[in-house]
Amino acid sequence: MSSPAHSSSAWPNLGDAPRAGSEVRLSVEQVSYAYSANPTQAPLFTLEANSFQARPGEIVAILGPNASGKSTLLKIIAGALEPLSGRVLLDGFVTHTLAPRARAQRIAMVQQESPLLFPSRAWEFVLQGRHPYGRSLRFESENDVIIARNALAQVGADHLSDRWMSEISGGEKQRVILARALSQQPLLLLLDEPTLHLDIGAQVDLLATLHRLAAENRYTVVVVTHELNLAAEYADQVVLLQKGKSLRVGSPASVYQRDLLEQVFHTPLTVEQGPNGRPRVNLLPSS
Amino acid sequence: MRPLTLQRLFLQCSLLAVVLFVVVVIALKLGAVPVSLYGLGRDLISVLLHQTKALTSDYGMIVIEIRLPRILLAIVVGASLSVAGTSYQALLRNPLADPYVLGVSMGAALGAILALIAEPHLALPVWLATLFTPLGAFLGAAATVAAVYFLGRREGQIDSGTLLLAGIISSSFLSAIIMFLLTTLTGHDFRGMVFWLMGDLSTSLQSSLRWVLGVGFLVATGAIYTTASDLNLLLAGEKEAMHLGVDVRRVRLVVYIAASILTGLAVSVSGAIGYVGLLVPHVMRLLFGSDHRILLPTAAFGGAIAVVIADTLARTVVAPSELPVGAMTALVGAPLFIYLLRRRIA
Repeated sequence: MSSPAHSSSAWPNLGDAPRAGSEVRLSVEQVSYAYSANPTQAPLFTLEANSFQARPGEIVAILGPNASGKSTLLKIIAGALEPLSGRVLLDGFVTHTLAPRARAQRIAMVQQESPLLFPSRAWEFVLQGRHPYGRSLRFESENDVIIARNALAQVGADHLSDRWMSEISGGEKQRVILARALSQQPLLLLLDEPTLHLDIGAQVDLLATLHRLAAENRYTVVVVTHELNLAAEYADQVVLLQKGKSLRVGSPASVYQRDLLEQVFHTPLTVEQGPNGRPRVNLLPSS
Repeated sequence: MRPLTLQRLFLQCSLLAVVLFVVVVIALKLGAVPVSLYGLGRDLISVLLHQTKALTSDYGMIVIEIRLPRILLAIVVGASLSVAGTSYQALLRNPLADPYVLGVSMGAALGAILALIAEPHLALPVWLATLFTPLGAFLGAAATVAAVYFLGRREGQIDSGTLLLAGIISSSFLSAIIMFLLTTLTGHDFRGMVFWLMGDLSTSLQSSLRWVLGVGFLVATGAIYTTASDLNLLLAGEKEAMHLGVDVRRVRLVVYIAASILTGLAVSVSGAIGYVGLLVPHVMRLLFGSDHRILLPTAAFGGAIAVVIADTLARTVVAPSELPVGAMTALVGAPLFIYLLRRRIA
C-alpha cells in the first residue's frame, strides 16, 4: 500500500504516532473548500487546506466552534463534496471519485437523522445498510440478515430489533443508526455530532461503544463533536478547527492547551490532567 | 427479522390478482343491460378463442365490445395513477403527494388540449398523430412536476406544506387556462371536454392508442420498479440515501420521467381522475408495509381495482345516465385526504 503522505512535510503536528505498526488508512491531503452564493461573488465561507492521517482502529475527533467547517470537512472526507483542492485517500482511493455504491461499501456516515415519513421497524432500518451490496431488485440474503443481526448485537441493541423506530428513545435510536452503519461493513466510520440530543449517560455509552468497535473491527473513526471532554477521553487524534483553519492536529494532550482553547471557544477555562493522563477541560463561569 | 422474499411478493400479488379478477367479472355483469354469469363466461371464452361470431346473446356485443375495453382501460389507468402517486410520494418525500393534488393531472390535461388544438395545423405522419396527445400530456405533466418541485422548496429543502400549496395553486391556475381555451375555441365539443376533465373512461380508443397506453404503462412501471429499493432509502432522506450508495440523481430522473409518462398517458385517455394516486398507496402501505419492492406492484393492483369499482359505480348508480368516474373517486377520496391530513398534523 502506497502512502504518499509519508514523503510530504505538510503535517506539522501528527502527534504521538499512535499504535505503531499499522499502515495509514485515511489520508486527508491539503483539502480546501469554498462556499459562495454565486460564482462571481467572494466565498461566504472557506475551508483552508487541512491535512491529517489515520490508521485502522484509530479515532479522530474534529473539534471547533460553530461554523468552523467541521461538517464541511467531514462531508469532504465522506466524498460527498468535492474539495476545491487536495484530496482524501482511503486505502489509496480518492473518496469523491468513487461511485456511490463503491463508496457506501467503504464509508459509513452517521448523521442527525431526517424524520421518517412512514413507520419502519429497527431491523428494516439496519438492513438498509446492506443496500450497497445488492443489485437494485435483490432481496436480502441469509447472509445480510446475519450481518444485520451481528451489527445490532455489537451495539447492544438486539432487543430493539422488532421495535418501531418512532417508539424508541433518542439513545436507542442512535444505536440502531450506528448498527445500520456497521452493517455496511465500512473501513471508515464517520459521525456528525452523534451525541447531540443525548443525555450524558447515553453520550458516554455511545463513545465507549465507538471506542470498542474501532478496536474490535479495526474501523477508522472520524467524529465531529462539541464534547471536548469526551473527545479527550476517547480520541487518539484531535483536529482543532477555527473559521475553516486547522489550528492544531495531534493527540488530545498536545492540542488541549488552555490559551489555545480559550481563544478558539471564547470562554475562560482551565485544562488539567486526568488520572489516565488525558486532559480534562473545566469551564470557569465568568463573573 | 423478516426481510421481504420473492415468495411473499408473489403470494400477495396473486391474492390481489384474484380480487381484481372477481371485481372485473362483477363489473362486466353489472350495467344498464343485465347479463347472466353463464352467458358472460361463454362469451368470454369464445372471445379468447377468437370465435367472435359465436357470441350467443345480443348482449354479448355490449359486454365484449363496450364494457370489456372500458374495464381494461380502467385497469391500466388505475394502475398508472396509483404507481405514479406512489412514486411522487417517495420522490417528493411527501405522503400527501399524488398527480391530482400536485396539479400534475391538470398540467397533463392542458398539454393534451394544446396538442389537440395544434394537431390539425401540423402535417404529422400517422404514427406521430396517434402519439401527439399523450406526448403533449407527458410534457405538461413533466413541466408541472418540475415547477411544483421548485416552487415547493424553501432554503433548498422541500417543504411539505409549501409543496402542497404550490400544487393546489398550479392546479387552479392550469384549470383556469384550460377553461379559457375551451370557451374561446369553437368547433370543439365543450361539454364532452368538461366531462373528460372530470375523469371519464367512456371514450373508446383507437387500437394504436391502446398499444401506446399498454406498452407505455409496462415500460414506465418497470423503470420505476428497478429503483424500488432505492426509493425505500430515498424516503429516509436524500443525504442518508446517498451515503448508503444510492445514485440519488439517477433515481430522481428515472422516477420523475416515468411517473410523468404514467400520468400523461392516464390523463390523455381518461382526463383527471383524482385521489387514486393518493388513496391507494396509503391503503396498500397499511396492508403490506412501506417497502417499495412490494408497495409498487400492490399499488398497481389496488389502483386497478379501485378505478374499476369506481367506474362501475359511475355508470350504474344513475343509469341509464352516467357520472364522470372522477366525481366518484373524489366523493370517496376528498374526505380520506382530509382525514390523512389531520392525522398527520396530530
